[in-house]
Formats: sequence, C-alpha cells, structure tokens
Amino acid sequence: MTPDLLARLQSARAALQPVALLTRLSDGHQCLWPEDSAPGALAEAAETALRDDAARTVTLDGEAWFVHPQNPPLRLIVVGAVHVAQSLVPMALPLGFAVTVIDPRRAFATEERFTGVTLIGEWPDEAMAALRPDGRTAVVTLTHDPKLDDPALDVALKAPCFYIGALGSRRTHGKRVARLKEMGHGEAAIARIRAPIGLDIEAVTAPEIALSILAEIVAARRGAALARRVPAAEPATA
Amino acid sequence: MSDSEDVLATAASWRAAGETVALATVVETWGSSPRPAGSRLAVTASGRMAGSVSGGCIEGAVADAAKQTMASGTPQLLDFGISDERAWEVGLACGGKLKVFVEALS
Repeated sequence: MTPDLLARLQSARAALQPVALLTRLSDGHQCLWPEDSAPGALAEAAETALRDDAARTVTLDGEAWFVHPQNPPLRLIVVGAVHVAQSLVPMALPLGFAVTVIDPRRAFATEERFTGVTLIGEWPDEAMAALRPDGRTAVVTLTHDPKLDDPALDVALKAPCFYIGALGSRRTHGKRVARLKEMGHGEAAIARIRAPIGLDIEAVTAPEIALSILAEIVAARRGAALARRVPAAEPATA
Repeated sequence: MSDSEDVLATAASWRAAGETVALATVVETWGSSPRPAGSRLAVTASGRMAGSVSGGCIEGAVADAAKQTMASGTPQLLDFGISDERAWEVGLACGGKLKVFVEALS
C-alpha cells in the first residue's frame, strides 16, 4: 500500500465516508472505490461489500481482487450522562463505537466524567435530530426522566437505528409505551425498543449493566438469535 | 471494521516515526478460522506487531513473510491450512484454512 493511499483511507474515515479498498492479489495493485473508478462488476462487489460490511475476494476476468469495505465507525448515542453511562462509554470505545453523550444537565455531562467522546449539552430532541442516526447507530436512553428520554426515543423510532434500548423497569416501560403511543408511534415501532434494556445476566452494578447493554448491542448488530426478554405489558390503567 | 482501522492508524504512526512497515490482511477463510476476512496485522522490520490475522497461530510465519516483503517490495499471497505443510509447522490448530495478503507500506 502506498502512503498516499493510506492517507486517503484515513481521510475518508475522518470524513465518515464509506469507501472500499480494492486490491488485485496477483500484483498488489490497489484503488479506492468510489473515488477511483472501477469496472462495473468490481464496483458492484464494492457496493455489496459496503452494504454487508463484509470483506470478500472476487474473481474478475481471471484476476482475483480483494474487496475490503471501510465503513465509517459504528455510532453509539447515549442519552443521560449518568453513572451507568460512565461505565458504558469506556467499554463501547474498544468495541469500535464512536460515542456521543447527550445531557442538557451541565453537572452531568462534564469532560471530567467522560473523556474521549463527544458531549452535547442540548435537549435530546434537537441533539438527536442534528446527529441524524442511521442504520449503523445504536441509541441508549439512561436518564429515567421522560422529559429527556422520550424526545430521544421519538427521534430514534423515526430513524433506521439498528438498536434502541431504554433503561427502566417493566412498569416504567409500560408507562413509556403509553406515552409513545400518544405521540403517534405504532406498536411495531415501539416493539423495536429493548426494555428492560440489556441481556438478562442479572446485572446489578453499573459496569455489569453496561456489559449487558453492550452485549445486547453486539448481538443486535451481528444478528444473533437470542431469547428476548418478555416485552413489558402496558399498564391496565394508563 | 474499527479494529482493522486502528491497525492502519498504528501502521501510519510507525511509518511517520521512520519504521519500515508491512501490512498483512486476511483475504479468504474456510472452515473455523478465528479472524474474518479483512482482519489486519501490521509488522515493522524492528519486530513490532499490531492487530492480528489469526488467534496467534500464524502470526510468526506471517511476520517472517512480511520481513521478506519489506526487503523485496514484492507482495505475497500466503496460504495456511491443514493440508499445507507449512501450516503444520506453525500449527493451525483450529483446522481452518485461510489466505493472507502481505504488502509493504511504501
């Protein structure tokens, strides 16, 4: 790989630009799709590889090419700069997530409590709308406060996030479901929310809860067949 | 992909520090290979390593090949598998097969 190509790969990553590195295995010739043009079949393979986020070797006119997708990092948006978030954030970074923490309460969202992540001190609805969550984004709400969690969930449910999780008991979630219905969300959309959040590993401490949340996020990302928790029932008197 | 991106960043910083660097990438796997296609290992002539292309079974052999590539500038496509004598030597205990592309960063 030439230093020039390496620099282009790194600037594509910094600009959150999905690119595919194409390598001809016979001689190591390389190009970067779509910046460099590629013959139709190779461009198609690059597109597929980026969509599946999976590298593969393809043969074109008797030549083997390695098609290596370089997608922008996965994103994790955490609403609530709370105690669990302090455990969640440092565990999410080595898993490859670019992490953003949203909390308008100045005392919580401080650099001292959260290093190496983007902190946003705005209201979740505005902050979430600006972040434009996509199919490579996971959203976790941790505040327990409907004023903060609900607007974030409202935006998340309208976006193709691959994971939406909300901290709170079944009872809390039941009330939340009722509120989200009033906001106009249908049952199928609301069922996307993982609540109670996290895999059922009997987590007690903040780091244990963070671990169960991240394990559930990885499982969702990888399409693992996991038994989901029994969904929370809506309270009889909403 | 993020861990392989970190390998690239590490490789870039090594090169900026004046090291000679080679990159190894898993380009194909069959059976129970521990690391998927796209996994990267960066190696320097001075013996530093970052990332991985297996669970540790073939890193030594790949680093040796990388040293050749750093010296010659010619990329290599390495085959590792249970039917491969060389793989027996380095012990690919998982029983998988994989191909690793080795190139100089220059």
